[in-house]
Amino acid sequence: MSDVIVDKRDQGGGSHVNRGRFMERVKPWVADAVKKAFDSGSITDSHQGGVDVTIPKKGIQEPHFQHGQGGKREYVHPGNDRWTPGDKIPRPRGGGGTGSDPSPDGESEDDFQFHLTGKEFWDAVFEGLELPNLIKTQLTSNIEEYKWVRAGITTAGSPSNIHLLRSYLQSLGRRMVFGKKEKQALLRELEAELETLLAVKNPSHGEAERISTLSEDIAALKKKLKGIPFIDTSDLRYRQYAKEPEPTAKAVMFCVMDISGSMTETRKNIAKLFFILLYRFLKYHYSAVEMVFIKHHTAAEEVDEKTFFESTESGGTIVSTALTLMAEIIKERYGSSDWNIYGAQASDGENWTGNSLTCKVILKENILPLARYFAYVQIEQEKKDELWYQYLNLWEHAGFKEKFAMRFIREQKDIYPVFHELFKQKEKA
Amino acid sequence: MSKYITESSAWTVEDIKRVNMEIWRIAKEKYGLDTFPNQLEITTAEQMIDKYSSIGLPVYYHHWSLGKEAENTRRSYLAGDTSLAYELVINSNPCIAYLMEENTSAMQFLVIAHACYGHNSFFKGNYLFRQWTSPDAIVDYMLFAKHYIAECEEKYGWEDVEYFLDSCHALKNYGVDRYKHPEPLSLEKEKARQDERTEYLQSQVNELWDRTVPGRKKTSEIKKEPVRFPSEPQENLLYFIEKNAPFLDPWQRELVRIVRKVAQYFYPQRQTKVMNEGWASFWHYTLMYDLYDEGLITDGFMIEWLKSHAGVTFQPAYNETVIVNGKEIGIYNGINPYALGINMWRDIQRICRTPTAEDKEWFPDIAGSDWLATMKFAMENFKDESFIAQYLSPKVMRDMRLWSISDDPNKDKDNVIVNAIHNEDGYRELRRAFAKQYDVGSNDPDIQVWNVDFRHDRTLTLRHTEHDDRPLHKGTAEEVLKHLYQLWQCPVRLEAVKADGKTDIIAECPKPLGKK
Repeated sequence: MSDVIVDKRDQGGGSHVNRGRFMERVKPWVADAVKKAFDSGSITDSHQGGVDVTIPKKGIQEPHFQHGQGGKREYVHPGNDRWTPGDKIPRPRGGGGTGSDPSPDGESEDDFQFHLTGKEFWDAVFEGLELPNLIKTQLTSNIEEYKWVRAGITTAGSPSNIHLLRSYLQSLGRRMVFGKKEKQALLRELEAELETLLAVKNPSHGEAERISTLSEDIAALKKKLKGIPFIDTSDLRYRQYAKEPEPTAKAVMFCVMDISGSMTETRKNIAKLFFILLYRFLKYHYSAVEMVFIKHHTAAEEVDEKTFFESTESGGTIVSTALTLMAEIIKERYGSSDWNIYGAQASDGENWTGNSLTCKVILKENILPLARYFAYVQIEQEKKDELWYQYLNLWEHAGFKEKFAMRFIREQKDIYPVFHELFKQKEKA
Repeated sequence: MSKYITESSAWTVEDIKRVNMEIWRIAKEKYGLDTFPNQLEITTAEQMIDKYSSIGLPVYYHHWSLGKEAENTRRSYLAGDTSLAYELVINSNPCIAYLMEENTSAMQFLVIAHACYGHNSFFKGNYLFRQWTSPDAIVDYMLFAKHYIAECEEKYGWEDVEYFLDSCHALKNYGVDRYKHPEPLSLEKEKARQDERTEYLQSQVNELWDRTVPGRKKTSEIKKEPVRFPSEPQENLLYFIEKNAPFLDPWQRELVRIVRKVAQYFYPQRQTKVMNEGWASFWHYTLMYDLYDEGLITDGFMIEWLKSHAGVTFQPAYNETVIVNGKEIGIYNGINPYALGINMWRDIQRICRTPTAEDKEWFPDIAGSDWLATMKFAMENFKDESFIAQYLSPKVMRDMRLWSISDDPNKDKDNVIVNAIHNEDGYRELRRAFAKQYDVGSNDPDIQVWNVDFRHDRTLTLRHTEHDDRPLHKGTAEEVLKHLYQLWQCPVRLEAVKADGKTDIIAECPKPLGKK
């Protein structure tokens, strides 16, 4: 019997290529579903369970020739409980015995429903987005970053890395080649025979001879068996690891949020959602991005993530305090050229009179020259005030068009589209 | 020490090995089942779902439709459809069966009996598979196809290749020789002939088209009767396209060929679903009971697999409903091939072992005969349509309470009429109607290549011959013609011939100006 059993579980599940091709086909509907998910106000959900997408049949049909309604047909059904020949049954609506009008695929008219996994959902959200102007710095810091990767099996190594299965397999092979099992079986036979013979009271000449031959054979066999140990040093196999340097792109994102009195709950929420999305985006794409959280009213303060998203402070507004703080932190901690510096500021545009000019100056001289990209989003307030115009001026005249962006977010459902615009991948030249 | 192979629902590879050996022994010694060697693959559910969409072939080329199928299957699986576990085995040598790691021991044993001995022996024995497929070659061929297509994707871009395959797939039911025996697959021959073929094909095509360029002929020739091409209608549309489409590149012709080879390979499966599933279910039932009788599996295992078996072979009545969330929902979805199949095989066994007077009247040749020999003969020489026509007994018809409806809008616009039921007068008629339902050849619309207009714009005309006044579905036909147009790259047209001989144009591509 030459049957074979193969364990394919390690090969990993599912054809990613086919799934990928399918995803390409349904991209427009996926993008639509993603947008709807945000519109319904659920950016904060982690969408771990994924999201359901509905695709109208026409989009992914696979047509083939088939019969339509009409014509003479016969159907045979099971479970007759009342009918006799000649009975008339009103034809079901749409004609035919059991089915409705076949759609292009020959299935029912239902649209195709499929499920985006959590990961696929976030892939779709962040597709085509990146941190602009990011320059990867390779191995420039003092602490070189490495990672350990598996690099096969070797015959020497540390005991903690012994690969038990492989070692066992080697030992098995060796024992098979030397016929340990057979020899053991033979030994048992011979010993049994010897025992029987020894029990005989008056052994004949032949039997006595046999006893001595047996004893010799048994001794020789035992010696051979000793030379086939269960495990031998040559059997041992060890996992091998290799060091692989990891190029790191070091980046820091400064999140500046206005929490003054003019920022109503709604505005604060919108700002927070924006930053949450930004946070997810960074964590999703970049493993080593640092984030600095600065909140301000009339004074600015660096806080941790939790406080940033949960604080309920209030006060007046002096925006420049935040920018000054940002510039200081940059100088102190992110001074070297290894760092890619980013900033995102959210405010409702209201500021202490005259302060906006100061803001512009700080940005122009202390921040933008050092930064890769800075985005300003104004929330809900339609009226474009001093701050807006100063920033606009900055953008138009100071030559920072590539590095500085400003957008207006009127309501929650604008967050995702605006975010998308701000971080859209640039065409590679 | 217990003789049970295992008492735990957590199986080990040793358990699998052992049950396979025991079943093999029983299948060979007690029943003489002839099978290909088995290859049992242990997979995850995710891998299984994927295999399902490539219909069990361990290798398949990449295509988005497989991703879509996988999504469908995943949904069924997550919704609790457990028949996924048994359904996957294909006609190949060795016979590859998939064991999902999530299965309990009892289920693994069941799958092994069902697939490795049930389906396996069917594939090896049934005439359709023997004559029309090459189980030794299919896996290699698919490997060849996958690599060839991957190379094309690299050379020409995966989108172009995928769209081209879409068009081939639209016609894959018409890429089959239904009456001619196809050549057996041979990987070496395919590879060797590939280069030859591309040149040869192209030269043939050029010759064909060059000969028909108008203007080159003398006037006297033009006056003669135009030669119709093809001289006889061609049923294998993809074959026709592969050989005759004027503008396809050699790699595209090869893709057409691949799609039709795969369709050809699966064609017998469509024609033997009832017999095959019934056979496999019959044998899993019999072999599991044998294991039990020999004391190798526990009562608990028996209960477990019997439950699954009952679910899979359940046949709802035409009007059966269940209550879901307070709503009554109909669950009838046609005849369950597992149910019909196993009922018929069991019945044949019964007719052999304990025939009644009715059996002797209806089946004089087999009543009282050796059930194993009779069943094997039936398995080897019939397909669903002929199997039902030959072996469906009044008893099964009564047990399943079969009844037939005649639907003729010309005779009665509003009603369908009950034609026959499971009584003395109705049996033969029921059987005839039932067998017809399984005639794949006549259930697919009859569409053939009728003509190519060489003299003018090279329009390819297909003809659909209506049978029983059944029209073609217009919407899908138009879509398929668009795909055909992609392949032929000259105008294409589809006509339908009605019972009275009149011809109508159903669809054209491109649409002539002025038509909707």
